[in-house]
Amino acid sequence: MEALKRSFGEIRKYPSAVIGVIMILVLIGLAIYTVATIPYSEAIRLWRGGEDIWYSTPRNAFPVWTNWFTDVKQPETIVMFSEDNPDVTKEYTTTSSGKTDIKMSYTFDYTADDFPQELSLFFKTEYVAKEPFASITWETPDGRTIRVGDLAVSRKQTYRISQDEALVRRLGGEKPEVGLFADPESPDPENPQVLKGTYKINVSVLLFEDTGDASAEYVVFGEVFGWAGTDHRRRDLMLPLMWGAPIALLFGLLASAGISVLTMIISAIGGWYGGVVDGIIQRITEVNLTLPFLSILIMIGTFYSRSIWTILGATIVLSIFGAAIKTYRAIFLQIRESTYIEAARAYGASDMRIIFRYLIPRIIPLLIPGLVLGVPAFVFLEASLAVLGLGDPVLPTWGKIINDAWVNAALYNGYYYWILEPAVLLMITGLAFAMLGYSLDRIFNPRLRGL
Amino acid sequence: MAENNSSLLDVHDLKLHFRASAGIVQAVDGVNFQLNRNEAVVVLGESGCGKTSLAKALLRLLPRNVAEYSGEVYLGGEELMGLTDEEYRKQIRWVRMSMVPQAAMNALNPVLRVGDQVAEPMMIHAGIKKEEALAQARDMFSRVGVSADFLHRYAFELSGGMRQRVAIAMSLVTLPDLVVLDEPTSALDVLTQANIFNLLKRIKKEFEVSFILITHDIATSSELADRVAVMYAGQIVEVGDAESFFSAPLHPYAQKLMASVPRLRGDQELEFIIGKPPSLIDLPTGCRFAARCPRRFEKCDQDPPVFDMGNRRIVKCWLYEGN
Amino acid sequence: MAEILEKKLKDQDFSDTGALLQVKRLHVWFELRRFGFGHAGYVRAVDDVSFELKAGQAIAVVGESGCGKTSLMKTILGLNTPIKGDIIFDGMKLSELDRKGMMEYRSKIGFVQQDPYGALPPFMSIRSILDEPLIINGVKDPKERNERIRQVMEEVRLSPVDDFIEKFPHMLSGGQQQRVVIARAMILEPKLIVADEPVSMLDASVRVEILKLLENLQKSHNLAVIYITHDLSTVRYFSERIFVMYAGKVAEKAVVDEILNNPLHPYTEALLTATSEPDAANARIYKEVPPGEPPSLVNPPTGCNYHPRCPKIIEGLCDLEDPPEFEPVPNHLTLCWLHKDA
Repeated sequence: MEALKRSFGEIRKYPSAVIGVIMILVLIGLAIYTVATIPYSEAIRLWRGGEDIWYSTPRNAFPVWTNWFTDVKQPETIVMFSEDNPDVTKEYTTTSSGKTDIKMSYTFDYTADDFPQELSLFFKTEYVAKEPFASITWETPDGRTIRVGDLAVSRKQTYRISQDEALVRRLGGEKPEVGLFADPESPDPENPQVLKGTYKINVSVLLFEDTGDASAEYVVFGEVFGWAGTDHRRRDLMLPLMWGAPIALLFGLLASAGISVLTMIISAIGGWYGGVVDGIIQRITEVNLTLPFLSILIMIGTFYSRSIWTILGATIVLSIFGAAIKTYRAIFLQIRESTYIEAARAYGASDMRIIFRYLIPRIIPLLIPGLVLGVPAFVFLEASLAVLGLGDPVLPTWGKIINDAWVNAALYNGYYYWILEPAVLLMITGLAFAMLGYSLDRIFNPRLRGL
Repeated sequence: MAENNSSLLDVHDLKLHFRASAGIVQAVDGVNFQLNRNEAVVVLGESGCGKTSLAKALLRLLPRNVAEYSGEVYLGGEELMGLTDEEYRKQIRWVRMSMVPQAAMNALNPVLRVGDQVAEPMMIHAGIKKEEALAQARDMFSRVGVSADFLHRYAFELSGGMRQRVAIAMSLVTLPDLVVLDEPTSALDVLTQANIFNLLKRIKKEFEVSFILITHDIATSSELADRVAVMYAGQIVEVGDAESFFSAPLHPYAQKLMASVPRLRGDQELEFIIGKPPSLIDLPTGCRFAARCPRRFEKCDQDPPVFDMGNRRIVKCWLYEGN
Repeated sequence: MAEILEKKLKDQDFSDTGALLQVKRLHVWFELRRFGFGHAGYVRAVDDVSFELKAGQAIAVVGESGCGKTSLMKTILGLNTPIKGDIIFDGMKLSELDRKGMMEYRSKIGFVQQDPYGALPPFMSIRSILDEPLIINGVKDPKERNERIRQVMEEVRLSPVDDFIEKFPHMLSGGQQQRVVIARAMILEPKLIVADEPVSMLDASVRVEILKLLENLQKSHNLAVIYITHDLSTVRYFSERIFVMYAGKVAEKAVVDEILNNPLHPYTEALLTATSEPDAANARIYKEVPPGEPPSLVNPPTGCNYHPRCPKIIEGLCDLEDPPEFEPVPNHLTLCWLHKDA
């Protein structure tokens, strides 16, 4: 296998191959990092989770990098929890009547050019019988204080400031997320501007019992979130983008390697034994080539199982008797007549030894580029099935993101990032393997190299 | 140089170098020889000595990776290297100089009838109609000993010997002055080989054509040779008439080569040459045969010039300095 | 067809004559099938060939392509199955060997092929190439294999061994490649070497080297050698006897000098005439060689196979009746009616 090593060493001479290898290594690095940092069960939990998990993320937020390309900087999401946060002060005051007043005050800078999507407070309280009472006030950078609202809070209470009708009225019909941040000296009151600076929201929770506690998480839902943005279910797209990498690579590599190797072995067996064995393999191949591959996959996905393993198995089974059998067979028939094989027979090599030790190594230089070039094809296949709604029901994949985006009319709504991100990753994957594959083809099959 | 009236081909310092991944292959590196009308010269050489490249250089059938193609080639007094490719194709190749390529019997087009293939050069170069060309092809077939019935056959229906005859017919249809034969019989059986050489001898007389026979087979080369040129590592090291060459070669390489030819009769002990020829990419300075030469001496570190031994015999070896 | 064969084989005997190799009335016919089934005749590649070979004896089988010499060779190597007749090698009857017996049979015959580059798997190093026969034939100890490989490489003068052992075939010259092929043939310590045109693809300057190497090995190991060639001029440097084959049959058998100096069969004569020696006089003469081609092996002519090309044909005899083996000179046998009165 020295020769193979030498050929791989030649990769360095092909810049496109080097770039391809680097890209593949980055993808593999991403895949390993993902699996190591977000374990499978956690990924599934997050991906399938609803509002209970994704309560603090904005809906359909653009990724933060979109701010680099616009003059109007969109607000980022601010999440402040009352515990262990230096920008939140929390004071307990016990009154003579045995009540405890918890004052929490959140200080934050607001420097975006546009108003946030939503404002919310998520309370958690401990009490025995009587619900604590919370009152919230708002301090603007120019020194105004606005009463936001008062409410009784249960053990787990969400206060959606943005939906507080009373507050809307107090703000003169302005939506709270606008009114609270608006500059009163805006030149056009119809179209208020953001007053930038340090804001403060004070939450005071009054406990009516001796024991008990309260905490609150304050969230300013921005218009941008994270490096990937979020989807219609507030899920951070980073999760499926990252987890899509190991799944896509695994699917592509397993399918491509499985198919290439099995196809090669089958055609080697047919080519070596010839006769009936070869005849059967050829007939199966011919029948298989007329079967509508995608339609069968769709049927399996629709009626049987959409599990990625089922689809992988079906893909392999339906592809091993592919057109490559004919190509390999033609080559094997030629190699079979090589005099070195005649020599091997003369010194007693068994059929299996001839197939695996003398026939197959000759075709590996052809197989490897084909295998590499096959990977993106199967990555795209998996994505395509997911786009058609036949993706694995539990796994976060790139195809699933596109499917979600498509179902939710992402482009119509202008959420281009939603489709762009998985598409770019798919393209990078395809490009990486294609760049390496075509270079390998030139290395292993010098006739293609040209002079 | 011999400005003989009957001189047909004069080659001066012909070079053909190729680019390869490992470096420049100096396949033909300063070749000089001269050929008279109706004369056959054998270019003898072992595999990888550049003899096939020499044929390609003469016919200007160049691959794309040519690094250098230079020198002077006079055909009947006309300089050929100055011609453009188009002029060369129209005026020289297959008009005045043609070729029977190596393994010609496998080089025939499998999907054309052999008659059409033989007629093709006439239609291209003489511009004659197909019917007439086919009639001439029929005539040429009979002269190379192929039945006219075979005109309408395909190459795979013919035996190796017949295909070789068709390839020879193809090289002769335009009545060129010079035919380059590249290993014309190496893949043929002994009896067929003898028949083909009989045919070539007859053709040489009948058509008054000159041959350059490129071969590695010393024994059969004597069947056609008026003169012999020995090629080693891209250069011609000895040229002489067949009579004197086969009885007493001068260059040590030629001597060794002759001594390695197995003979049917006689008690001569066979010899062989130790080592292998230098790579055409990394040639030694000095004499290229020096490393294997039993008669080498200090001078061999310098490249020997060509010594003229008189009687159109030249040798590129320091042993003959001053003769 | 079967009847004719039966008649031909009636008086077979398999008596032990002390020969290493006995080829007994060997018929290697390949069945032609029409559209994959249905009998369409036979290719009579080897048609009733018998001979014996003693240990340490070298013979040459000379003939043109398609004369059956390759089929004969492959049958002796156990790669083709004869339709009739048998081969007895070193006490083993080819027709009665089981799988294990076949392994042993094959391990005792070394095979040197024509094209050294094609005969060596290009993806294996010299070490693996030489390792293979040992592994297949059950030499389990890697140390022993290594020793055997080094020893055989020394024997074929691929030395210093370390310069070659890790190389790949394409890094070697043609002569070195052929030495590897010979080393592989020798590594199982065979009793018989079958050499199929071992030098025809090599340059003139190395041919002799390989022939001499084979000769030395033959002598030092007391090897029997079957040297298959189309080139009569090389055989006398190497073999004692020559078998001239034409169209599936052995036309003439004799010791080398007899064949060269006193050819009895017109085909042998033609071969000798056609074989050139380096002589400037050749260019001035036309050779008297028969025109035409060897006959089809599917429908061989009636009578003598050579009669359509033979200049000495006896009309009414050669074209009708198969010539039997005549022995006009002691130990010089020929299938030719010209010698019917001898």
